[in-house]
Parts: sequence; structure tokens; C-alpha cells
Amino acid sequence: MHIVVCVKQVPDTRIIKVNPKTNTLDRRGIPAILNPFDSHAVEAGVRLKEKVGGTVSVLSMGPPNAVKMIRKCVEIGADEGYLISDRFFAGADTLATSYALYKAFEKMLEEKPVDIIICGKQTIDGDTGQVGPGIARRLDIPPITNVIEIKEVDEKAKKVVVKRKLEDGYEMIESSLPCLLTVEKDINPVSYSPLPNMIKAARYEPTIWKVDDLNDVDKKQLGLKGSPTIVAKMFAPPKLEGGKKIEGNAEQQSKQIVSLLLEKPELFEKKRGRA
Amino acid sequence: MENNRGVWVYMEQKEGRIVNVSLELLGAGRKLADKLNVPLSGVLLGDKVKHLCPTIFEYGADEVYVMDDPILKNYRTESFMKGVNHFAEKYHPEIFLFGATPNGKDLASAVATDLCTGLTADTTMLDVEVETRLLEASRPAFGGNIMATILCKKHRPQMATVRPKVMKALQPEMGSKGKIIEEPLDVEEENLRTKVLEIVKDTKKKLKLDEADIIVAGGKGLVDEKGFALIHELAEVLGGSVGASRDVVEAGWIGHDHQIGQTGITVTPKIYFAIGISGAVQHVVGMKNSELIIAINKDANAPIFDASTYSVVGDALEILPILIEEFKIALKQEEEEGEVKHA
Ligand SMILES: Cc1cc2nc3c(=O)[nH]c(=O)nc-3n(C[C@H](O)[C@H](O)[C@H](O)COP(=O)(O)OP(=O)(O)OC[C@H]3O[C@@H](n4cnc5c(N)ncnc54)[C@H](O)[C@@H]3O)c2cc1C
Ligand SMILES: Nc1ncnc2c1ncn2[C@@H]1O[C@H](COP(=O)(O)O)[C@@H](O)[C@H]1O
Repeated sequence: MHIVVCVKQVPDTRIIKVNPKTNTLDRRGIPAILNPFDSHAVEAGVRLKEKVGGTVSVLSMGPPNAVKMIRKCVEIGADEGYLISDRFFAGADTLATSYALYKAFEKMLEEKPVDIIICGKQTIDGDTGQVGPGIARRLDIPPITNVIEIKEVDEKAKKVVVKRKLEDGYEMIESSLPCLLTVEKDINPVSYSPLPNMIKAARYEPTIWKVDDLNDVDKKQLGLKGSPTIVAKMFAPPKLEGGKKIEGNAEQQSKQIVSLLLEKPELFEKKRGRA
Repeated sequence: MENNRGVWVYMEQKEGRIVNVSLELLGAGRKLADKLNVPLSGVLLGDKVKHLCPTIFEYGADEVYVMDDPILKNYRTESFMKGVNHFAEKYHPEIFLFGATPNGKDLASAVATDLCTGLTADTTMLDVEVETRLLEASRPAFGGNIMATILCKKHRPQMATVRPKVMKALQPEMGSKGKIIEEPLDVEEENLRTKVLEIVKDTKKKLKLDEADIIVAGGKGLVDEKGFALIHELAEVLGGSVGASRDVVEAGWIGHDHQIGQTGITVTPKIYFAIGISGAVQHVVGMKNSELIIAINKDANAPIFDASTYSVVGDALEILPILIEEFKIALKQEEEEGEVKHA
């Protein structure tokens, strides 16, 4: 079985600071990391491979230094890495990203078939969750989002059963293969990398394709030019006012909170209802 | 592009009920449609859902596009996308909004790819520039540190998914009527590649967080799991639900389902307690629209106090046990008085 996981290198937005005066991002010294959701996706691919056999490839679109992130995926257990990297890809929104990755899949499919594609739920920089379903539509395979478990894989019948998270529970979905899954972090924790993987990763060189290595690419659909959406402006989130201070020691403060809330008797209807 | 007219809202329904965010979007869509002087339309797909049309008119729509077919009983990307694309390709909306729910995001992503247009995710502010007819969809970016306004200049429709609970539904106008455009779904079950085998509701969850009237949320300031137990206790006494900051979830004190904020859920309860939570923007975006916010933090400069209605500067570990006792006593009195009245 050939499992392909789409991964992205992202700035660690968890530590990005905004300059409140200029409303610009201070990216200095911000490390580039494997998108946290995608590390769960790679692990899901590796676990699936351990169950049914086969290979796990990772595919990414990004700058040349994303090779480092691909090595990280090899540490987790990926067998192969593919990177599409070219200035034509730069500045892509989700539509242009899914187009470029779709073209990379076409190229990959010349070598061997792909049975299942796994994407992270979303990235921490783009933060949309739109790229996965976009790739699926372009390849005309079913997308299944918010997956929390891969229940069954029947290679012969070319079918999978997955558990998809809903707001108030979950659903079981059966799909034919190939299909594309986007996975939640809950699907599995990311295990520590075994030493042989680390050794392999250190020397690993992924396959790198430039735009001209791909077939029949419409360059108008790539990168900034191929992106229908543009960021028109950035601004600080609306400032909030702040409220009234409740003074006193712990006991006085507690009493004041209680009497404040008791003034809103409708809030305790449920409690009363039970009485 | 000149042919594209009208503001559309995808009407997500579950078991024959329209979900709240779709009604909220009719409210937001009405404003946009009025500014652009075009009709507001709902797009409704499902099995035996036609009876929902009056509700959609009452909440502000002028028209409803309906597809009613047993194949549409459960949501599936394939079948719903086909139906929605059929309408969009035939009637050319100018703006098309979806609720940012799991199914709404899934559907919008597929539809936008097929229509080859731009889609802004998780929008929290919507406006339209009348002269250029451009939708200004703003959303938190880079972990909520900053807001970005996204435009889609050359492609139509201009699409966005919108976070639940940030837009306001209109007061329904009983008896409002409009035009119904019903068309058949051109899909055969044999040609679909996915099947919903079963849907399981999580009944364990005591109260859905986004529907709770009272939420008691705790942060890293409670020090450890033992401290966080006080949050559960206060919630229990008040009959509320428990919320948490991301750091608490990452520390493993409680599951991700309880996380409030940017990467958790957005809530608007009547009362929100933020206890030992610093008030990082990513947390605040998820709770700032609560009706009444009480923050307890020992740092008088904690940013959470900018968002709160009442600010309590003090040690939560000291205040909480007293507060829990005081509430127990007060609520017991209330109950007894209530019983006397009933007697
Ligand atoms: C991309 C991204 C997404 C994010 N999404 C979310 C999200 O969805 N939700 C979310 O919550 N966060 C989110 N965060 C994280 C957020 O930035 C903060 O790190 C997090 O909210 C902080 O949690 P906290 O307030 O519990 O902890 P801290 O920041 O450590 O704050 C603890 C607070 O408790 C106070 N305190 C300490 N001891 C006591 C005491 N005894 N009594 C009273 N007060 C005390 C301290 O003064 C302090 O203000 C996100 C961050 C990023 C970058
Ligand atoms: N540049 C990229 N290269 C490879 N995969 C990507 C890229 N961007 C997004 N993805 C995949 O699509 C998922 C959703 O990304 P996003 O739509 O940006 O939130 C990610 O978790 C990845 O699996």
C-alpha cells in the first residue's frame, strides 16, 4: 500500500510576537517547524503501514530548507520524501497550493499508484484546513475530513472505514480507495523516533522537483498569481474596555461575586428546576 | 463577473433542524445584501427538508434554493458538493457564506475548488465595499496575534466560512414569505464512493460547552490538577460546564474538547468565569462575547481584565474554596425559599 502524507513547514506561530505599534509580525529568530498537525498525520501513515504493509511517502511544497522538515518526517518513520520547490510556487493561497500539490501527485503517479493520502487537519500559519479537500477534489477522490481513527483497511476490496469527529459525537464512514483523509491530533500521539530512523534521517535527501519537472503545469494557476485571495490589510484585534474591580480580601470578594450573580435569578433556573 | 448577483448562505441542517450558525449568517448576509441591493438566498439540501423554508424566510432570506432527495439524508461531501455546485453554476451568486462547522468547512473547501474561486476560512468580521462590490472578510491570523482582511478580487463567488457565535441572527419575522427554487439532485447512489455507516452521539458529555449558560474556565494559574479540581467543583455547584485554556489542555489536566479560543471553540454563555487565565488574544477571541465575564487573577495587569465585566485581583486557590461554599449556602437558601413559595 502506498500512503502519501502532505506536510508543510511553518513558522512556529506559537511564539510569534506582534509589534503593537506597527502591527507587523516580528519573525526574527522564529524557528521553522513541521506543522504540528502534520506530525500526527505522518505518524498515522506510519502506523497504517505497520498494520497493512507498504510505504509512506511525504510530499511538501515549500522553500529549499524544508528538506530539514522532511528529514523530521523520516525520523517519525516515513520512507520517502518529495519536495516541490520553485519561486513560481511562492505566495500561494489554498487554491494555488492544492493545484501545485495536485500536479506533484500526477508526477508521483507516473512512478507508482497512491492508495491513500493523509493531510493534517490544518496548518498553524495558513490555518484553513482547505488544502486537503482541495487536493482531493482535483484528483477526483473522496475527501474525508476530521478523521480520528482509521478503523479498517481492506486492500483487496479497496475500502476503508474511518471514524470522523463531529461537534457532538462521531460518524463511521466507509470509502473506496484511493481517498484523502485529513486527521485530527486525536488520531494518535506522535511516538519518540527510534534510533535507526534518526540515523537514516540525518543523511536522507528527498526528491526535489522544480516546476519544469512537473507535467503540463499552467503557471498562471501557481503562487501569488494563481491565488484568488489577497491579504488587503492587517490590523490589531479590536481593543477591549475592561470592567469593574471587585475589591477586598478573598472572603469579601467571594461574597460580592455571589450577590452579583444572585441578582440574575434567571441564571439559576436549572438549579431551581431540580429543587 | 457582472453576471454574478446575490448573497447566498448555505443552510446547514441536522436531523431536520437548521443549525444556529446558518441563522446567524442570514443576519450577517442580510446586511451585505441590503448594502449591495441584491436578494439574500438560503441554499438548503437534505432529505425531507422543504418544511424548513418558512424558517429561512423568517430569518431574513428572500429566496431559498432547495434540493430534497433521500440521497442527501446524511451529509457527504460528494453528494452535497454536487448539489451546491449545480445551483452555483446555474445561478451565479456574488457572495457565498458557510458556517465554519466541520461539515460547512468540508463542503465550502470542495465547492471553492470546483468553482475555482477564493475561500476565506474562519472569518470573524464581514463587510462589503459597495463601490467595488468586494467582500471584506477578516479573520484572526498568526495565532490570533493580528487580524487580516482578505479580498477575492477577480473570482466569483467570493466565499467565506464564518465562525459560529460571532454574527447575530435577526429577530424572526413570523409569516415572512419568499421564493422557493427547487431542483432535483442529479446523483445516483451507485456512483457515490462514500457511505455513512453510523452516526454516534456523545451522550457522556454533560452539557455541550457551546450551549452552556454558565462556563467556569480555568488556566495555568491553578498550578496543578488538584487546583484545577476547584474549577470542576464550582461548575458543579453552579450547574455550569468546564472550560480551559490551551496550556491547561496541553498539560493534560483536561481534554481538548474543553479548550476555549482560537484553536478550541467559541462560546457565548451568560456567565463566564476566567480563573487563573492570563487572557492571551487566542483565548479571548473565544469568549469575549459572553454576556458577563468574571476574571480572577493574581496579577493586576493580566490582559484578561481588559475583557472582563468584573475584575477580581487575588489568589484563586484562596478565593475558590470560599466562593464554592458561599454559592452552596446561597443557592440552598434560594431553593428553600422557592419550596416555601410552592408549598
Ligand atoms: C496559534 C495559537 C493558538 C492558540 N489557541 C489557543 C486557544 O484556543 N485557547 C487558549 O486558551 N490559548 C490558545 N493559545 C495559547 C495562548 O497564547 C496562551 O498561551 C494560553 O491561553 C495561556 O494559558 P493560561 O492563561 O492558562 O496560562 P498562563 O499564560 O500561564 O497564565 C496563567 C495566569 O494565571 C495567573 N495566576 C497564577 N497563579 C494564580 C493564582 N494562584 N490565582 C490567580 N491567578 C493566578 C497568572 O497571573 C497568569 O495570568 C494559542 C496560541 C497560539 C500561538
Ligand atoms: N505547502 C504545503 N505542502 C504540503 N502540504 C500542505 C501544504 N500546505 C498545506 N498542506 C496540507 O494541507 C493541510 C491543511 O493546510 P491548511 O489548509 O493550510 O490549513 C496541512 O495540514 C497539510 O497536510
